[in-house]
Amino acid sequence: MKESIAAVSAIALLLTAGPVQAQAKATITGVPEIPFTSVKDFLKMPPGEYLGEAIGVATDSKGNVYVYSRRDTTRLFKFDKNGTFVKEIGKGYYGFEFAHSVRVDKDDNIWTVDEGTNLVTKFSPDGKVLMVLGRRPPAIDGPVVFPAGPNQPSQKYIFCRPTDVGWDPQGNIFVSDGYVNHRVVKYDKNGRFLKQVGSERAGSETSQFNLPHGLAVDLQGNVYVADRTNNRMQVFDNNLAFKAVYDNIGTSWSVCVSPGPHQYLFTSNSNPNGNGPGTWENTGEIYKMELDGKILGRFGHASKEFGGFQVVHMMDCRNPDQIFVAEIESWRVQKLMLKPQAAKVAAAK
Amino acid sequence: MTLRQKTLTLTAAAAIAAAAAIVPLTAQSGVPEIAFDSADPLKWPANIHLGEVAGVATNSRGDVFVYTRTGHPTMTFGTARPFAHGGSRLFQFDRTGKFVREIGQDSYGFIVAQQVRVDPQDNVWIVDRLSSMVIKFDPNGQIQMLLGRKSESERVPAVAPRGAGPAAAGGESRGGGGAAAAGGGRGGAADAEAAPVGRGRGGPPGAGAQSDVFNGPTDVAWDAAGNIYVVDGYGNARIAKFDKNGKFIRSWGQRGSATGQFNTPHGIAIDTQGNVYVADQGNRRIQVFDGDGNFKTQFQDVGAPSALCITRGQRQFLYSSNSNPLLDLDVNGEIYKLDLSGKVVGRFGRAGKLPKEFDVANAIDCRVDNELWVGEIGSWRVQKLALRP
Repeated sequence: MKESIAAVSAIALLLTAGPVQAQAKATITGVPEIPFTSVKDFLKMPPGEYLGEAIGVATDSKGNVYVYSRRDTTRLFKFDKNGTFVKEIGKGYYGFEFAHSVRVDKDDNIWTVDEGTNLVTKFSPDGKVLMVLGRRPPAIDGPVVFPAGPNQPSQKYIFCRPTDVGWDPQGNIFVSDGYVNHRVVKYDKNGRFLKQVGSERAGSETSQFNLPHGLAVDLQGNVYVADRTNNRMQVFDNNLAFKAVYDNIGTSWSVCVSPGPHQYLFTSNSNPNGNGPGTWENTGEIYKMELDGKILGRFGHASKEFGGFQVVHMMDCRNPDQIFVAEIESWRVQKLMLKPQAAKVAAAK
Repeated sequence: MTLRQKTLTLTAAAAIAAAAAIVPLTAQSGVPEIAFDSADPLKWPANIHLGEVAGVATNSRGDVFVYTRTGHPTMTFGTARPFAHGGSRLFQFDRTGKFVREIGQDSYGFIVAQQVRVDPQDNVWIVDRLSSMVIKFDPNGQIQMLLGRKSESERVPAVAPRGAGPAAAGGESRGGGGAAAAGGGRGGAADAEAAPVGRGRGGPPGAGAQSDVFNGPTDVAWDAAGNIYVVDGYGNARIAKFDKNGKFIRSWGQRGSATGQFNTPHGIAIDTQGNVYVADQGNRRIQVFDGDGNFKTQFQDVGAPSALCITRGQRQFLYSSNSNPLLDLDVNGEIYKLDLSGKVVGRFGRAGKLPKEFDVANAIDCRVDNELWVGEIGSWRVQKLALRP
């Protein structure tokens, strides 16, 4: 009995000692509020189906919405542009154990990042597996207790709790990796290793990361990385050379770049898990920015009510005035309709 | 990490580096490249997703069987006997690639797929690495024979990696990687009942028991009389021979690098004369024995053999894959064609995720000469190859 209490305490320590406590109040002030409404009951699950933690959300070019959720097992659901359930993708798939991100590339392929299986999977638009990056911890090893440490430095082709994926216009693949390694890895479109920035060790210098938690790539191939525990975003060119740091936007949990022609950058200073004292006052908002770091506006706040945010884990910004947000602690996806005109008025004040 | 582990890791790293250096040498040695094409004829139902392809095999009608690690390998809370279940499935397609059916749904023995083979009577045999079982299905998909018994329970949390230490081999051999880095590891069986006597206890390391108790078996084959040969495997390092009714006859081999010893024996093929070819992956050679386990010769210039197949017919050939290690897409990956004297007559392919590349090939079927089926663990797919020698 004593042993089991000790074990429980150890687990509790692990849970509380991690980066989940990371939070920072944004230093930027005077940012105009962008008014928005949230579409009531947008996603319609079939009877008997529920979302679990809403970890990933993404849209394709037809407006279909993909939701990657931690449920009985991790599962991926597809909805049409009206929020009507279409189908499930990858039921029973070996690469789904603990969701972290879903993204859709320019050809409408659906990519999942699973931090349980350490895998990045490319699905065709009709849900066929086209490519797998990484390696699932082999079942032959039995129950994996907890990642004991980072990968060896030379390991180009495996991840340790990866977090996100993006592509440049040439189709090169960028993976943020992640909770145990602290790097961003670039592969060619066929999955062959090209380059990495950061390493298997955490750090706070430029070109180092402490929990790269999300990334997005613009049309010039620049890479925007949510460097979560360092409370900043780092920007790299296409060869992963450091370009800039944006560190006035609180804790960057997740980033999104809209498709253009005028591209916008979104980052979420998500309220940390646990809803501790002060967190709702200091965090929870999303920033809309120019790619060069100029902040255009902010919206949203931490709250359990509809229209509020409960640990935004991912955003979709295919239409920069219609933002989808997936929330960990409210098990929901919201479709937000932004009112940019009003924002301009506010900015003009 | 203990000093010993560190040393092993470093040794493995050095060996992998050395293996990388060998590649151009092999290429320079004048082995002809065999031209080939690749196709993806299997039509998977939309609701079935292939995982790691451990095994692919055909029967006499051209039906294709795929044994894959997919689904969710699972253990249950709140039980005094936490055992592993789920995690692998066996599928059948017809010769046109049309899906026929699933076999062995929710089987007690399907956990970590390792291989599938079809015998001359079209029975379908699977080898499962975690249940340490070899299961014979008749052509109708009914279980006809079992070799080995799955552990009653698994130790939680896992205590130490199972199987051989880091090997310098390619393919799925240990050598660090996600698994090792991610901690954990599978312990031996949790108690005496679940740990049958004879995982080499008291005998030479890897020699195993004089019985059908396996520890991470890897492959199965038959001679003309129907005798069964099981490669055993990851935890042991031996070949176990049974008669056609599953009665134990003999076992040979132990862990080591001398002739007659093995380091992760990973595949087997038997020719029409009854000679036994063993892919001795960790020792980077194919060893040849007679049916009683007497060493005859070895072939050493084909990298680390990770998958092995022998053709039928008058003049037989061997195909052997020098599979890339799980962690690296930039070395090895080629498949060799050898005659039965060990002469390399050609090679084809390289490591990669594109068609005509291989990503940790774990299985080769060569029932029809120059028509190969290859199953891959790194990229989750089956390729059908047409060789143009």
